Amino acid sequence: MFDFSPFFDSFDEILQGFWATIRLAAAAAVLSLVIGTVLASFRVAPVPVLRAFGTGYVSIVRNTPLTLVLLMCSLGLNDILALKFSSNSSVTYYWWAVLGLSAYTGAFVCETLRSGINTVPLGQAEAARSIGLTFTQSLRTIILPQAFRAIIAPLGSVFIAMIKNTTVAAAASYAEVALVTKTIVDKPTFANGVIPLFLGVSVGFLILTLPTGYFFGWLAKRMAVAR
Amino acid sequence: MTDSEGGLDLTKGGPEDSIQESASSPDGRPLVVVENVNKHFGDLHVLKDINLTVNPGEVVVVIGPSGGGKSTLCRSINRLEPIDSGRILVDGKELPKEGKELARLRADVGMVFQSFNLFAHKTILENVTLGPVKVRKQGKEESRKYAMELLDRVGIANQAGKYPAQLSGGQQQRAAIARSLAMRPKVMLFDEPTSALDPEMVNEVLDVMTSLAREGMTMIVVTHEMGFARRAAQKVVFMADGQIVEENAPDAFFTNARTDRAKDFLSKILTH
Repeated sequence: MFDFSPFFDSFDEILQGFWATIRLAAAAAVLSLVIGTVLASFRVAPVPVLRAFGTGYVSIVRNTPLTLVLLMCSLGLNDILALKFSSNSSVTYYWWAVLGLSAYTGAFVCETLRSGINTVPLGQAEAARSIGLTFTQSLRTIILPQAFRAIIAPLGSVFIAMIKNTTVAAAASYAEVALVTKTIVDKPTFANGVIPLFLGVSVGFLILTLPTGYFFGWLAKRMAVAR
Repeated sequence: MTDSEGGLDLTKGGPEDSIQESASSPDGRPLVVVENVNKHFGDLHVLKDINLTVNPGEVVVVIGPSGGGKSTLCRSINRLEPIDSGRILVDGKELPKEGKELARLRADVGMVFQSFNLFAHKTILENVTLGPVKVRKQGKEESRKYAMELLDRVGIANQAGKYPAQLSGGQQQRAAIARSLAMRPKVMLFDEPTSALDPEMVNEVLDVMTSLAREGMTMIVVTHEMGFARRAAQKVVFMADGQIVEENAPDAFFTNARTDRAKDFLSKILTH
């Protein structure tokens, strides 16, 4: 039970799996931040069509299982509709995994950011408008910078959830660490030691997520806006 | 903008070489015209057929009981509150609805709020330079120089690098006035600028406002400061229940109000 040799026997493969996880998580973090920011801007925009789009997007994507979103990307869009990023299958599955995960996480980033926008006093927007800033200018220079500072800690939670959600990309044919682990267990030569293997992989996730949480907590304190 | 730099220094220069220069219309046309304006908040009729004319260089003080529509009137002049009917003209132009056109007009109308509303994540200097750089597309260095002049003028140049939360209320409000002035506005709106201040800080803000008035800035001031009204205003507008009840010169108004409503209000605030 506490013999961790099955884990260390496959250490190289697992490490490669984790590298794939990190690449997916990092790209999805950036892209989901962009998507979330655009969506949140839509949701507070004075244009009804944009607001409706933002609300519709969040309602649909946030309430759809991630597995379904990723399978839609890999099986639906990539395989059946043949919308491929590259003829190299691992490259195209990677980008579909990034896109699917970002589209999904973006909905959560949007809602987090929107709650952050609500923490910015109305007077800030009024002052911005009163000196002649347009809606976009006041959003970009006054509202969003303060909103982002308010949501750093909760944004950390969204990203931790996202890092763990990368394992779902296994269902979408992307060879991140969960898929690698499953492949190792499925090998005919693998006798026993599933639990040590899983424990080892869990520790690997802790190594990714714990510092993420601490980093965002530290950043939140550092960047807090004094009122 | 081709404003002159004249009148920056408080110590010299009368109304002749004031920062107001650019705004005064040569044909004597009023700077702000409010015509038959009505506004409702749900069932509440907050502005009832309001008519008001403000000439260039004029200082108008709006007083009256709470909930009488003073703030709403002030805020509707730069369309922070949209109106239901009637029209509002600033420098001869009617207020546009939304968008870039409205933003441009707002840039010409300075606004000072009761709660200062300085941008909390920017330094005092950045607060003052933001508008000129982003809206007027003025150079950074030029904006910084003018901002420092203005901060010096309101007496807080040494606080330029601090954040709003590090300043006292009076200092914040003076910074907010500098932020508005940096846009070289044609008219300034003050929405109860001293109501949120500790008593000992009221005067430092009123002093800045008084000197602005002396230099010929067109101002619409919602306030309860009767001393300021007597000292700096050419006209007092008394508002109650959404209507302009009385409009008069300050001295005449305070010593000899014509309406019972105004007399009643004055007796309540002037007896102690």
